Amino acid sequence: MEGELVQPAPEETPRDANPANVGLELFGYVGIEAVLDQMRIKTMKTGFEFNLMVVGQSGLGKSTMVNTLFKSKVSRKPTGPGYEERIPKTVQLQSITHVIEEKGVKMKLTVTDTPGFGDQINNENCWDPIIKYINEQYEKYLREEILISRKRKIPDTRVHSCVYFVPPTGHWLRPLDLEFMRRLSKIVNMVPVIAKADTLTLEERAEFKKRVRGLGRESVYPQEDFDDNSDDRILNNKIRDKIPFAVVGADKEHQVNGKRILGRKTKWGIIEVENPAHCEFPLLRDLLIRSHLQDLKDITHNVHYESYRMQRLNESNRLALSPINGLLGKDEVESDL
Amino acid sequence: MAVAVGRPANDELRNLSLSGHVGFDSLPDQLVNKSTSQGFCFNILCVGETGIGKSTLMDTLFNTKFESDPATHNEPGVRLKARSYELQESNVRLKLTIVDTVGFGDQINKDDSYKPIVEYIDTQFEAYLQEELKIKRSLFNYHDTRIHACLYFIAPTGHSLKSLDLVTMKKLDSKVNIIPIIAKADTIAKNELHKFKSKIMSELVSNGVQIYQFPTDEETVAEINATMSVHLPFAVVGSTEEVKIGNKMSKARQYPWGVVQVENENHCDFVKLREMLIRVNMEDLREQTHTRHYELYRRCKLEEMGFKDTDPDSKPFSLQETYEAKRNEFLGELQKKEEEMRQMFVMRVKEKEAELKEAEKDLHEKFDHLKRTHQEEKKKVEDKKKDLEEELSNFQKKKAAAQLLQSQAQQAGSQQTKKDKDKKNFFFL
Repeated sequence: MEGELVQPAPEETPRDANPANVGLELFGYVGIEAVLDQMRIKTMKTGFEFNLMVVGQSGLGKSTMVNTLFKSKVSRKPTGPGYEERIPKTVQLQSITHVIEEKGVKMKLTVTDTPGFGDQINNENCWDPIIKYINEQYEKYLREEILISRKRKIPDTRVHSCVYFVPPTGHWLRPLDLEFMRRLSKIVNMVPVIAKADTLTLEERAEFKKRVRGLGRESVYPQEDFDDNSDDRILNNKIRDKIPFAVVGADKEHQVNGKRILGRKTKWGIIEVENPAHCEFPLLRDLLIRSHLQDLKDITHNVHYESYRMQRLNESNRLALSPINGLLGKDEVESDL
Repeated sequence: MAVAVGRPANDELRNLSLSGHVGFDSLPDQLVNKSTSQGFCFNILCVGETGIGKSTLMDTLFNTKFESDPATHNEPGVRLKARSYELQESNVRLKLTIVDTVGFGDQINKDDSYKPIVEYIDTQFEAYLQEELKIKRSLFNYHDTRIHACLYFIAPTGHSLKSLDLVTMKKLDSKVNIIPIIAKADTIAKNELHKFKSKIMSELVSNGVQIYQFPTDEETVAEINATMSVHLPFAVVGSTEEVKIGNKMSKARQYPWGVVQVENENHCDFVKLREMLIRVNMEDLREQTHTRHYELYRRCKLEEMGFKDTDPDSKPFSLQETYEAKRNEFLGELQKKEEEMRQMFVMRVKEKEAELKEAEKDLHEKFDHLKRTHQEEKKKVEDKKKDLEEELSNFQKKKAAAQLLQSQAQQAGSQQTKKDKDKKNFFFL
């Protein structure tokens, strides 16, 4: 490490009276890169927060999917014959928070479920409670941020990613799906998946994806506008080619070739969840957790939260707000969506 | 009317055990990768007298040559000179800004020396605050110019801190992380150095100056930070020249009586300073600046502008209401001022008019007076003229009469002469 010569930074502008950002060559090792380790240590100490929302009709396997993603019993599934009575009359939101730890990294995971979505006969405006919830989290964060003496670390309850489960009809996206995705992709990172993909053959899957991709294309995650550099773009293009992922969820393990593997056992075979040839669950997991988790949080903070804040501050310039009117203003925001 | 969100009965956070590898242990790496692609900012302020070795130390610390001309000693006041550089080491890009105090300690009257420094720091905080308060803001690619560390260079007198040092440090300690260092430490002998250091630290404590405390809450760095803190303030020597020692070239200062090696821990504390400043605590310095000093500034500024946090009634958007109230107040004041000014204007105009009228009257009077005088004079002159004409006519008459007499006399005379002539002629004949 001693005496390591480094290539000079790409911009070496000539000196003038007020040089700004001149690239310099280092004659030896300074130790600047130690700041990466310092940052790593600090973040591991404070821990991370991640808020996930799953939306879809009942019976599409949302809870199973979440359990498979995080390899633990995150959601309690409704089971048993008494389930019929439990379908709620309106969309409700249920949040469960857990702390999970892996190799010293602590994560506070919050999963918000939406039972009742799309289950009624008349599903008009069933997305309203969801939009309201998401905006409420933004509002909470905004209030904390505006305070004069504010906390060192503002608790982050904003929804970082919304996984939308599309039923595997094999035909087209339904109007409900289109409406929902259109409205929500403006305020939250939307990741659509084809649920229960084991009912589609590979050809049917490809056909469905082709049809679906044309229609529901607008700004699902990862959005093209936010690619930082060409490496990102190449990576994200690969992902965008495969969206929506066809996933299968399972939380039971079975014996396959002498190994315990997560999968669904049927009379005609075992569908291995983690096998990329069988379903695209690994892609979803990699996107959500292994490679793009921080990116999801960043885009939520820098893009969606900022646009909410901008709308909110702009409109309160026009209205004179009292505490009650404050909520009125929010409703107007929603109607703009 | 919040959306009713159902939560499970036992709402405390449960620790779940994972039955397999999920993969979010790559989170710190994801975060670090993002930061490396964005690059880091670090801003150092060097406060010290002219010629105490600030630029040399920066060159030595960062192993490069930040070219700048040495300042003269006859600056009329303290001014701050900021220069930004881009350094890159392996895959880390650092945007380093070094701010120098030019002319510090050179004036005869040093009362106001600290003011430009405090102003500069506040300006950077203000810029960040403005950006944060904007409606359409872009904080994630904002070039952070807030000062993260202040290196205070203490002159190596060997006695104690100068009062200028105490006053300046006291003014700066709530605004920036202060790291005091003893400059040109090769002029102090070892035993004197020890006494000097303890004198300085005790003076700082007794005057209530809060210097930067190296963090000791983290196990990985607690030990090294604790051992290093004992050696505060660091006695440093800076040099960019290399001298051959043994079989290596290393940075040193060569004297006729020996060589002072910069990187030798027995000779000076330079290595300790570099460790503390860059290799161990750079991130903590940035964080302290943001969470402590900046928040303090923000709180004071907002309170001063009249914002209050909350009585429960006015809680939501007290910011907005206060803005409106302030704006109306301000507009009201403006209007009042406008009225006042208008009234004053009218009054002045009236006064001026009155004055002018007076002057006009005066003028008229004068004019009349002058006219009268002029007429009198004219009459006098006419009278005189008449008298003169009379005299003239009298004179003419007298003249005529005299001439007549004269001509008569002449005639008589000429007859007489003729007679005489004839007589004469008769006689001669």
